[in-house]
Amino acid sequence: MAEFLSYFRQDRLPHIWCPGCGNGTVTGALIRAIDKLGLDKNNIVVVSGIGCSSRAVGYLDFDTLHTTHGRAIAFATGVKLARPRLKVIVITGDGDSAAIGGNHLIHAARRNIDITTIIINNNIYGMTSGQASPMTPHGMLGTTAPYGNVEYNFDLCELAKAAGATYVARATTYHYVLLEDLISKALMHKGFAVVEALSQCPTYFGRKNKIGGAVDTLNWIKEQTVNVKAAAALPAEKRAGKILIGELHSVEKAEFTQQYLELIARVQRANPTYARNKGVPGCELNSD
Amino acid sequence: MPEKARLMQGNEACTMAAIAAGLEFYAGYPITPSTEIAEICAEELPKVGGKFIQMEDEIGSISACIGASLTGAKAMTATSGPGFSLMQESIGYASLCEIPVVIIDVQRVGPSTGMPTSPAQGDLMQVRWGTHGDHPIIALAPGNVKECYELTFRAFELSEKYRVPVVVLTDEVIGHMREKVVLPDSEGYTIPRRAMPQSPAGYKPYAADPQGGVPLMAPFGTGYRWHCTGLFHDENGAPSSKPAVASALMRRLNLKIESKADELADCVAEGLEDCDIAVVSFGSSAMAALSAVRRSRSEGDKVGMLRLKTIWPFPSATVQRLLAPAKKILVPEMNLGQLALEIERAAGCERPVIRLGKVNGELFHPDEVFAAIKEAF
Ligand SMILES: Cc1ncc(C[n+]2csc(CCOP(=O)(O)OP(=O)(O)O)c2C)c(N)n1
Ligand code: SF4
Ligand SMILES: [Mg+2]
Repeated sequence: MAEFLSYFRQDRLPHIWCPGCGNGTVTGALIRAIDKLGLDKNNIVVVSGIGCSSRAVGYLDFDTLHTTHGRAIAFATGVKLARPRLKVIVITGDGDSAAIGGNHLIHAARRNIDITTIIINNNIYGMTSGQASPMTPHGMLGTTAPYGNVEYNFDLCELAKAAGATYVARATTYHYVLLEDLISKALMHKGFAVVEALSQCPTYFGRKNKIGGAVDTLNWIKEQTVNVKAAAALPAEKRAGKILIGELHSVEKAEFTQQYLELIARVQRANPTYARNKGVPGCELNSD
Repeated sequence: MPEKARLMQGNEACTMAAIAAGLEFYAGYPITPSTEIAEICAEELPKVGGKFIQMEDEIGSISACIGASLTGAKAMTATSGPGFSLMQESIGYASLCEIPVVIIDVQRVGPSTGMPTSPAQGDLMQVRWGTHGDHPIIALAPGNVKECYELTFRAFELSEKYRVPVVVLTDEVIGHMREKVVLPDSEGYTIPRRAMPQSPAGYKPYAADPQGGVPLMAPFGTGYRWHCTGLFHDENGAPSSKPAVASALMRRLNLKIESKADELADCVAEGLEDCDIAVVSFGSSAMAALSAVRRSRSEGDKVGMLRLKTIWPFPSATVQRLLAPAKKILVPEMNLGQLALEIERAAGCERPVIRLGKVNGELFHPDEVFAAIKEAF
């Protein structure tokens, strides 16, 4: 316990989250994964957007960047490309990443930039009190879908994979051990990695949909999921409508910032006499 | 480096100045009439070890620049009206979080898609007030290609010094115009980076130093482990909704730049000392204005000219002083009176400020300004 607390800015606690919220569970899984991997605290930058989930970064003892709604991945792209040696992690919500920030998500995936993106999907806009999100399932309720959602939700993992992400996985706050393991693997992956963490917002999603409290909402999430390995053995009718959890996609592919560094090396070899005006600071910070 | 005379475009001059100033990171999205800046950066930055990325839109571009700047890199983007509109939320973020970034806005006619290949000066107020809330910003307006170079260089200097977004406000004509430019000899001249702390012990990311009101900025990834947030924050960077914290932050932030308005003032005056009519303008409109003013003077009329190179913070005291002799003020500009509004506020009292606005995508012709001067007498 104590060793994990050292990853938090304890003077910033207590957190703002409701009792029973899944955000803390996902944040805990990230911290344990970082600890297990022995990553250097000083080399980690955690970036988030706006939402309850995005508030996680404020409590973490790394360089942390709490940005504007939807833009976390774009800010993170700047951090990573400017300093490729840094381990860049994004924590984002389902509204943050799939609505307002959807464009940045797919383009970061397309580039295969080495950023680990953890999407806390609670099927709702929590921070603004329960409006429907692009991840609110068809027919379910939100304050802006008072008669049932007539829209359909994304399959975020399929979306990320189709857009070019080279590591894609999904777990839930119920399947905690799996979640931590998948986050570890995502952190070790070189390229754009997405972990979708299905999580409970008992306060708005659970209550609005009359699912019940935190435990009921957690169980509601659990009931819908099936592990991708187990699913292979299930008859089609038992698999229908289930959400797959586990590692869904993992491929090796040249990473964006590494390729850019190679490009620089190639261009500089071809232009050996080219240098900045003397006296103007060069790129000493760009050696990585 | 020996001085070199070159024929270059305004956009090119902005880019060369940025690279000379130590530009390390460019993120942008193509838009006429700014695109050459992105194209030159794509080609030139890797040669000096810098990074270029074409983002998926302008919101992403400015956001990536801010991310890069947080790691200590000098960062820039360039755009025009529609893209500049998209950038506003993140510009506010950079203002509040005090992150240096340079933005070249090559203005075109708007609103909306307007006339993409025609010049305008309609972003004058947007550059000041485009993002929500009171916030600091600096905007510089070059009047020719040489000044594109000088003021972009200066933009980096000010952005790093004050930790504030600086906008270089050019337009389609200045951006695309070619002039012979003698590049300033920058040998031995360094643009200092933002002041950095010496050690992580006791680091307070938003503790203002007593003189300048500008906090020390630790680059991400160097062991400081600080929190950067667009929420109002205290000296430690912790989010706060305490009225006293909010008020102290907002006042320091805005005063940081407003209190330097006259130090930052930069303008070119000609014949104002004894003038009856003063013509005030900036950017490409000032070219026609100046030749009209000179013609009027050669015909014996007492006309003077003031061209502003610093637009924001508005150099009110300087403008007041220089315009004191004038009985009337004429403001030619390629919008419907945005600079005129500010001139009225700063120096209007009981003197007519005559608006000479133009929004048809054409540059002023000196004859138009000349006729307006005649009419004003
Ligand atoms: C540009 C902008 N639009 C809208 C908002 C209001 N807003 C804040 S959080 C949020 C939704 C967050 O939802 P999600 O990403 O799912 O996060 P959660 O709170 O559910 O964790 C919205 C719409 C905002 N802050 N900025
Ligand atoms: S509103 Fe929902 S998502 Fe936000 S803290 Fe409460 S339970 Fe969590
Ligand atoms: Mg949500």
